[in-house]
Amino acid sequence: MVTFDIKDLSVQFGHIRALKKVSLAIHANEILSIIGPSNSGKTTFLRMLNRLNELHVKYRMEGAIRIGEDGLFRVDVELLRKRVGMVFALPLPLPFSVFDNVAYGVRMHGEKKKKSLDERVQKALQEAYLWEEVKDRLGESAFKLSGGQQQRLCIARTLAVEPEVILFDEPCSGLDPISTAKVEDAMLKLKSRYTIVLVTNNVKQAARVGDRTAFFLGGELIELDATEKMFTAPGDQRTDDYIRGKFG
Amino acid sequence: MRKFKEFIIEKLILACGVASIFFVVLIFLFLVKEGLAVFRSVSFSHFMFGHKWYPISEPPHLGILPLILGSILVTIGAAVISVPIGVGCAVYIAEIAPLRVKEILKAGIELLAAIPSVVLGFVGMVTLVPLVKNIFHLPTGLTALSGSVMLAFMAMPTIVSIAEDALYSVPKNYKEGAFALGATHWQTIWRVMLPAASSGIVAAVMLGIGRVIGETMAVMMITGNAAILPKSILVPVRTLTATVAAEMGEAVVGSEHYFALFAIGIVLFVISFMINVTADLFLHRRP
Repeated sequence: MVTFDIKDLSVQFGHIRALKKVSLAIHANEILSIIGPSNSGKTTFLRMLNRLNELHVKYRMEGAIRIGEDGLFRVDVELLRKRVGMVFALPLPLPFSVFDNVAYGVRMHGEKKKKSLDERVQKALQEAYLWEEVKDRLGESAFKLSGGQQQRLCIARTLAVEPEVILFDEPCSGLDPISTAKVEDAMLKLKSRYTIVLVTNNVKQAARVGDRTAFFLGGELIELDATEKMFTAPGDQRTDDYIRGKFG
Repeated sequence: MRKFKEFIIEKLILACGVASIFFVVLIFLFLVKEGLAVFRSVSFSHFMFGHKWYPISEPPHLGILPLILGSILVTIGAAVISVPIGVGCAVYIAEIAPLRVKEILKAGIELLAAIPSVVLGFVGMVTLVPLVKNIFHLPTGLTALSGSVMLAFMAMPTIVSIAEDALYSVPKNYKEGAFALGATHWQTIWRVMLPAASSGIVAAVMLGIGRVIGETMAVMMITGNAAILPKSILVPVRTLTATVAAEMGEAVVGSEHYFALFAIGIVLFVISFMINVTADLFLHRRP
């Protein structure tokens, strides 16, 4: 199972310093939640792990990241992104059927056989706890699903390419409480087979699903500890203030 | 006093708005009135599908099929050349080119659009026409192919700039989503960007073709202007537009020939109109 080891990571976009000397380790089979106000660098941190920041023209970074035993930048970038899947804030179904959405990444990585495609789509939908709701609607347009179903569809699409790590970037920010609960359920069950990093604006969500919680502020890692400890006896005053909703 | 000023300005603007429509309607009515007169002497099917265009023989033969086919042939040729290159160029500018190259290319495309068509025709006449003649060992290089190549240059700026806009306006999320699944840059372009921008790209192609169909000067100079049924792309052809431009000055006002040229105008109008409507439908089909 894969782990990340991040040392002194700094990231700049043009003149804006998004991350300042962040060091932390991500363990296998844990859910690490990252909380913090907007512009605290948490999404930038997440997008470092699958090298999505590189799409930004003026991006610069310093520091070292290891995935397992390898340097992050020594791994082939497409392969890395296959191993480190990502689910975005807004559900992003492509304008195809439910089936084709899930099969999308699998096909892209070269799978053509109908039978194994069928199997992988079903497995991914089951893992995302969506199979029961959509098994009779695989041919329908993905846009016909509800918001929560669309987000779980996106999770299934990520799972279908068989990643080892899943990055969630505020996955429930556009969902109602019931859909949120279902997505959280899915995350908790995925933990046994995947390493999960969850960026969230919802402090309570971090408390519900995270094994450990990291608090980012102004591009710095303020505190990282077991979730229970963070929410009962945080070591830093700022963490306490943020969790209690005094700012952010 | 202020109210009065407001009133005057409002009415002036209204007049401007109405004027443009008014003139279009006038032109259209005039075109229809003069054009339909030709059907007093020739039947509709004979006009549209007649093989012979001898407007000043006695009696005149007024079949415009060779002209329609000439226009279609040149246009299809131009589309075959300009669409792949134009769309490819748009993809390069929108997705691949570094910032500086992008600026240079965009300026270049705008420059291409600024070349007057008579200059393009002239340049084509002295460079492309002899080239076509020598490559294919033809008696003359004034052929549909030469016209297609030159017109492809005219369609390109339209296709590139509108297709690039369409690609640019694809939501950034789509691209990131594809990358996050481990897609290569090319897979992202081919399987996400192009399908997502498809309606805009189709519109770009239609507008480019619209420009080709309506073009007169360059085609008149380099297609050879022979009103015969074209059997290949390597023979001289005459387009609808070139016919009107070349013969209007000589046609006796009120003659069958004169009316026939107006009828050609109607045909061109209908074709352009249909192309623009199609383009519009695709442009506004955004789901």
